[in-house]
Amino acid sequence: MVHTGEVHAIVGENGAGKSTLMKILYGMLAPDEGTIRVDGKEVRFKSPKDAIAAGIGMVHQHFMLADNLTVAENVILGAEPTKGVMLDLDAARARIRELAHSYGMELDPDALVEVLTVGERQRVEIIKVLYRGARILILDEPTAVLVPQEVDDLFASLAELKREGVTILFISHKLDEVLEVADAITVIRAGRTVGTVEPDEVTAEDLAEMMVGSELPKPIITGSTVTDVVELELEGVDVDGPEGRPLLADVSFRVCRGEIVGVAGVEGNGQTELVETIMGLHQLRAGTIRLGGDDIVGWSTRERRHRGIGWIPADRHRNGLLLQAPLWENAMLGHQDSPPFSKGPWIDRVGARKRTAEIMQEFDVRAPGVDVTAHALSGGNQQKLVVGREMTAGPRLLVASHPTRGIDVGAQAAVWAQLRDARQAGLAVLLISADLEELIGLSDTLLVMLRGRMVATLDPATVTPKELGAHMTGATGAVV
Amino acid sequence: MSGGGKILRRIGWGLLPPAAALLFALAISSIVLQLSGNSPWTTFSAMWEYGTRERTLITTVNLAVPLYLSAVAVAIGFKMGLFNIGVEGQYRLAAVMSAAAGAAVSLPPVLHVPFIILVAMVTGAAWAGVAGVLKATRGVHEVIATIMLNTIATGIGAYLLANYFQDRDNSLNTKTKLIPTSGWVPSLNRLLGSVPTGANLQGFLVGALVVGILFYVVVWRTRFGFDLRATGLNPFAAQASGVNAKGMIVRTMLLSGAIAGLVGLPEMLGFFHRYTLDFTTGLGFAGIAVALLGRNHPVGMAVAALLFGFLSSSAQILDLKDVPKEIVGIMQGVILLSVVVAYEVVRRIRAAGEVRAAAEHDRVREPAAPVPA
Repeated sequence: MVHTGEVHAIVGENGAGKSTLMKILYGMLAPDEGTIRVDGKEVRFKSPKDAIAAGIGMVHQHFMLADNLTVAENVILGAEPTKGVMLDLDAARARIRELAHSYGMELDPDALVEVLTVGERQRVEIIKVLYRGARILILDEPTAVLVPQEVDDLFASLAELKREGVTILFISHKLDEVLEVADAITVIRAGRTVGTVEPDEVTAEDLAEMMVGSELPKPIITGSTVTDVVELELEGVDVDGPEGRPLLADVSFRVCRGEIVGVAGVEGNGQTELVETIMGLHQLRAGTIRLGGDDIVGWSTRERRHRGIGWIPADRHRNGLLLQAPLWENAMLGHQDSPPFSKGPWIDRVGARKRTAEIMQEFDVRAPGVDVTAHALSGGNQQKLVVGREMTAGPRLLVASHPTRGIDVGAQAAVWAQLRDARQAGLAVLLISADLEELIGLSDTLLVMLRGRMVATLDPATVTPKELGAHMTGATGAVV
Repeated sequence: MSGGGKILRRIGWGLLPPAAALLFALAISSIVLQLSGNSPWTTFSAMWEYGTRERTLITTVNLAVPLYLSAVAVAIGFKMGLFNIGVEGQYRLAAVMSAAAGAAVSLPPVLHVPFIILVAMVTGAAWAGVAGVLKATRGVHEVIATIMLNTIATGIGAYLLANYFQDRDNSLNTKTKLIPTSGWVPSLNRLLGSVPTGANLQGFLVGALVVGILFYVVVWRTRFGFDLRATGLNPFAAQASGVNAKGMIVRTMLLSGAIAGLVGLPEMLGFFHRYTLDFTTGLGFAGIAVALLGRNHPVGMAVAALLFGFLSSSAQILDLKDVPKEIVGIMQGVILLSVVVAYEVVRRIRAAGEVRAAAEHDRVREPAAPVPA
């Protein structure tokens, strides 16, 4: 039951059924049983088209915009207003301005989408849905990609929408935000509704308990294990992109043994390039990279891995796994030139399978066996395999990019524990993440990247998410 | 389920798509035959009766050998995501070069044949390597490069043959000089006991078997093969694992071209003993079809090559029955198209089953206790 003109939040762990529910509401999946009523009328959606006709609009977590078109062109794409056979862009512009104005979401209809910030792109997505006449908005994890300031702007817009009588379904697992913005909260777990509560009668802890059925783990490190042995050192590293545009500019920092150095930044500010440069996938224009005192700039990726750099890639499907290959082949990926995975030029199938079983046991990778193909596993289990594979190889430096992205709370806690243990054991860790709580909680030192530069070094013990957000967007003015 | 049962099930799933495709192709060909006023039953039974005679079976194997070599060459590329469409040009150029080289030297038999094989492999590798280097350094797509190189190879081959390698005896046929008998590969007729007169089981069959085994060992059992397959499955993940992407492209093309260089040799070393204009063409393209049908697997491709060989050899009878031989081309085409669909359907069914099994497994086990912070 969702009332007209309310913000109704749906919370639950990853895999609890939030996305499935949304897909049913948006006509992408058919329910096995049960009914959906919109405005009291029972509806049956065969495709998103039916849902749109019933006034339901969806804003996906990953934006679906064409970068090289303007805001107006993106909004009307698929619902183009026409005058005869001609496209009526003027009418579209006027309508977009009107919508943007009445809901407090300022947007220039003629701006190219590629120059917009993430927050502005999200507004385009929302306007796009409203333009099609939606009265019920589904927002899938809308804050996941935003910095705190942008979240505030989004919430202000949601308040406007609410005042205009638009109903909002807000999916999230960030409990503080849910408590701030929602009029009612429905918690689901393992595909069932646990309960619907009002935000002023519960705390974040209560919600967390409802979500996981037990207390929510937090990313926390205790005591300092930081040594003065420098494991990774970057000095004045410049990397240029294909068109000569600088991707990294004058990047210098060090990671010591037993230290977790966190890198914060809005996505697309050079974090990916930083990691790929450390892994040897980019040419340096200037600067040096040292691993335990050795200059590694001339080393191949294979040599770097062989000499002890472990890598948990940001996108496990793209860079971390062979989805169509069995688990045991995935467990050797990146370590195929070392025992027990190979003997000389030969693959050691027995040794590789045995090691894979050990990794699965130790890192709680739940699968029927080592021969299952990787795509059959849930995201959490895939990630645990990747983390296990990199940890088991005994690295001296671990580069962890978004190690807990898109995995459930249980797996997340397991990964955090692994990182903590590794730090305790003297591993140097470079942690890149978009989850500010994770960054602040796990890091010994916090760096902020903006437009390919390191713009701030912060103490995670004292910094607040607000301050961090300000550094990430460059809103501080001062460069530390 | 027992280990043996699992393996049997895997083989069953593997055989289902080609079997279904074959039946479907028979059905479509029957319709075509019926429409063109021929009896499908008489046609197929005539093909079967003729095709299972010993002499025809030997022809089938002889036809299958070069098809198989060509398929392996294509499959090496496919396994790392490269489409070497240039096997055609590679083997024809390799045949011209090795025929000329083989005729120009005199060596003892133990060295002469290996020498010709080596020249053919090096020529094929070099020609394919051009496409590999172009892709690695300039980003030229290998399909475009190898198609162009096919045309150039044909031109160069004809030029070399006409101007340098031609045997200027009195016959009208353009051909290279005859390779001395020390460079001939003997037939395997002795292994069969009695052989119908005129039939000749070509000795290069042994070469094809060796290539098939090496293909399996290198691609599935070595680190190099793992790098190659990993690149084919996910080039980004392979690169992240330390595979040198550009080096891999060049090495794979060299390897694929080296095998492609062998494609013309069964006919040359076992039958013509020279390069002539009667040489079979189109084997490079047929190899793509065989690789596709056999799923780039050493055993699957052998079965596919024998099937295509059987269809071609048994079709010889159709002329006598006044049935157009082109029906076999239709069958081959339908088999290919339907097997691609069938493989995909089976892949999806199996993938869905695996996802279910993994999810079931995840649910059955107790959820992990939350790790204390």
